[in-house]
Amino acid sequence: MTLTWLQLIWFVLVGVLWTGYLVLEGFGVGSGMVMHLVAKNDAERTQVQRTFGPVWDGNQVWLLTAGGATFAAFPNWYATMFSGMYFALFVILLCLIVRICAIEWRSKVASTQWRARWDKLQTGATILVPILFGCAFGNLVQGMRIEVVERANQTQAVPVTDSMTAADINMATSVHYLTGTGGLADNGFLSLLTPFTILGGIMLALVFATQGLLWLRVRTDGPVHDRAARLVKPFGLAATVVTAVFALWGQFAYSTQVLAWIPLVICALSLIASVAMSHSGRAFGAFLAHSVAIAFAVAWVFSSMAPYAMKSSIHPAYSLSLPQAAATGSTLTLMLCVSVVMVPVVLAYTAWSYSRMPMIVELDKLGPNAGLPWKRIREGATFLSA
Amino acid sequence: MTVAPAALDALMLARWQFGVTTVYHFILVPFTIGMSLLVAVLQTMWYRSGKDHWLKATRFFGKLFLINFALGVATGIVQEFQFGMNWSQYSSYVGDIFGAPLACEALIAFFLESTFLGIWIFGWGRISAKAHTACIWLAAAGVNISAAFILAANAWMQHPVGAVVNPETGRAELDGVSGFFKVLTNSAFVWEFTHVVTASWMLAGTFVAGVALWWMVRAARSGGEAEARNVWRPIAQFGLAVLAIGIVLVGATGHIHGQQVFEHQPAKMAAAEALCDSGPNAPFTIAAFGPLDATCDQITHVGEIPGVYSFMATNSFSGEVSGINDLNALYAQAFDVPSIAPSIMLTFWSFRLMMGFAAFSVILLIWGFLATRGGKVSTSKGLSKWALLSLPMPFLAATFGWLFAEFGRQPFVVYPLNMDPNNVFLRTQDGLSTVVPAGQVLVTLVVFTLLYLALGVVWFLLMRRYVREGIHTTHPVTTPEGKATDQALSFAY
Repeated sequence: MTLTWLQLIWFVLVGVLWTGYLVLEGFGVGSGMVMHLVAKNDAERTQVQRTFGPVWDGNQVWLLTAGGATFAAFPNWYATMFSGMYFALFVILLCLIVRICAIEWRSKVASTQWRARWDKLQTGATILVPILFGCAFGNLVQGMRIEVVERANQTQAVPVTDSMTAADINMATSVHYLTGTGGLADNGFLSLLTPFTILGGIMLALVFATQGLLWLRVRTDGPVHDRAARLVKPFGLAATVVTAVFALWGQFAYSTQVLAWIPLVICALSLIASVAMSHSGRAFGAFLAHSVAIAFAVAWVFSSMAPYAMKSSIHPAYSLSLPQAAATGSTLTLMLCVSVVMVPVVLAYTAWSYSRMPMIVELDKLGPNAGLPWKRIREGATFLSA
Repeated sequence: MTVAPAALDALMLARWQFGVTTVYHFILVPFTIGMSLLVAVLQTMWYRSGKDHWLKATRFFGKLFLINFALGVATGIVQEFQFGMNWSQYSSYVGDIFGAPLACEALIAFFLESTFLGIWIFGWGRISAKAHTACIWLAAAGVNISAAFILAANAWMQHPVGAVVNPETGRAELDGVSGFFKVLTNSAFVWEFTHVVTASWMLAGTFVAGVALWWMVRAARSGGEAEARNVWRPIAQFGLAVLAIGIVLVGATGHIHGQQVFEHQPAKMAAAEALCDSGPNAPFTIAAFGPLDATCDQITHVGEIPGVYSFMATNSFSGEVSGINDLNALYAQAFDVPSIAPSIMLTFWSFRLMMGFAAFSVILLIWGFLATRGGKVSTSKGLSKWALLSLPMPFLAATFGWLFAEFGRQPFVVYPLNMDPNNVFLRTQDGLSTVVPAGQVLVTLVVFTLLYLALGVVWFLLMRRYVREGIHTTHPVTTPEGKATDQALSFAY
């Protein structure tokens, strides 16, 4: 099986969808992470919330689209990755559920305490999200304990010899799985946590926090703006240094692709530009440069993986190649047509929605919250009393 | 990590997890589908007529819609992820066909609903009333398109058209690009979709009518005659009208869809009627009793009405229908399953509970209509109690309808097309992620259940709080800085 153009296009498109998620929810999740650092009271936290309140849900759809596109375009990638990262994805789902309810329900009751509790939950949940996603990306670069097992007898790995490659695997009778060694690590869960992948988690957390701070610096005024402007310098520097260490480590230790140097260098230059602009007070430029850096970081992850969807750290022949993972040409063609039509439409109305919101959410002009006082619920004896 | 008890094997746990997370999600979904449309209609009526009570109704039901929507979104992400997490062999086997509607749903529907709902929430007063009204319509369109794609995916599992098995890759694949159009024009999809959407109208109509009738009585009895007459009565009548349309259509689509299921999945309908032996004049059984895993000879039938099942399935009281015993003789061996039929008790009772709970809405419709016709404002405590009692019933009806569709499909996750083993099909047991240990699934099942329970409690309390507040609050509205404002309530958070 050789790689087709359609498969390559879809591999790139999945990367583009992840970029959309990481850039856009980078600032939404990132704002949630740093909320308690930049906002010291209820009104300031509401101000932070209002900067991404109208757009977070649309931004999160990039994640769902990335997941759906992986399912449709590379079913075996989706199957191997999602079952292999089972427990990590489970924790991500919990965090996303809590975050969504925290955002949407925080102002449903007019009580400072109610809002403060949801805000704490939001910060807690949002800190875990990039750590886990970063760890997952680290695993894609590093390779996972993937083995090929017989469909009919899944306890037995298909034997491979040194000369075999991924192309020698019979996909009709076998399946790629993460395997491991007992206990919680039964499906290799603990094997996902290595110094490299943990560094990946720390890296993405720092990148998200920086993205959030850069966003808040552009979109707020008053004390929140000032704190964000102050904090973004150390955070941006730390994110740049950790990203550099992570990427160079990955490039030298795990990447076989010389071409992956190109996005790596662009990513590094964008990060340096972002830090420089941060220091010279060009807030919006710094935000854009940082977004470009995220896009090229994803490009680096994907190009270091290619031509595999899942690299095996056990044996190269166990790696799941893109042609093995891919859907048929019919499905890929069809989905490409849908994307060519829909993506510009989505981008157009997303841009319109951003343009309808005020550029700066002013602390003095927050307007009313929608919440009702909780207390009245306990008043009035029964449901039926008039 | 301890090993799960033998009875709770990985397959059972994964099925429980899918069931719990899906049913919980599906409690919220019909409300979102129906209510998005109703709120859009209410806002349009306000925009066109300028009448104050429609604005009040838009805000009142809009807030309830949003509280519900949040949890629907939150629980929806789990749905997309857990195909790969718990059912990776299923995902790998059918992903070429099944993945496409999911990706389309995200790209076409989710972006639309979430982006325009975001503007709708925050755009009040910021964009023109016309554009704002358009936003809720676009969001409602997104919700309904989303329902269409996900039900196309589900209908494909029930009736897998447009797919072939490729022996080289060992999986089901789209039968060319035209295969996708077969998936989207699948007759099972058409009627499943219309049945779910009209059930959502019934549910939302019951909700609007129930809340408004309760408030009408409440207001009228506490001296708010004007409010009862000018605000709640028209809202109640609006809800009743939606309910009437919903009930008629849900019955009609249910009948057609049922006949289709009879044709596509004969064992599902046979189990729904606990019919063991084939023959003409097959009865509708009012109640059947037996153990949960009852086989045919362990069931006690109570109250058989001859010919009615034959009529439901074939439009003729003397129609010939197949029973479970004959279906097993024909198919069990071909598909290598102990029984081709699902759990008879679960299927039988979820079918009846679906219809039984819907009956509450029928009574509400008649009672509500009689109590508000000719300019009347009712002060009947009985009506007000029935209105409240009716609120959860269509939720239960929808839930049991969903359970019926999904229980009834067993032992298959992808039902064999035309009962032919050469076509695409997949037994549920063959779809599992065998790589995920039972212990992990047990942990995630317990945590999901507890988290959903906790969020469900908050959801209920918030919904109840907002229903009890009514349409014009007496509370001073304050800004986050603590300043009082005379602005009307917004949706913003």
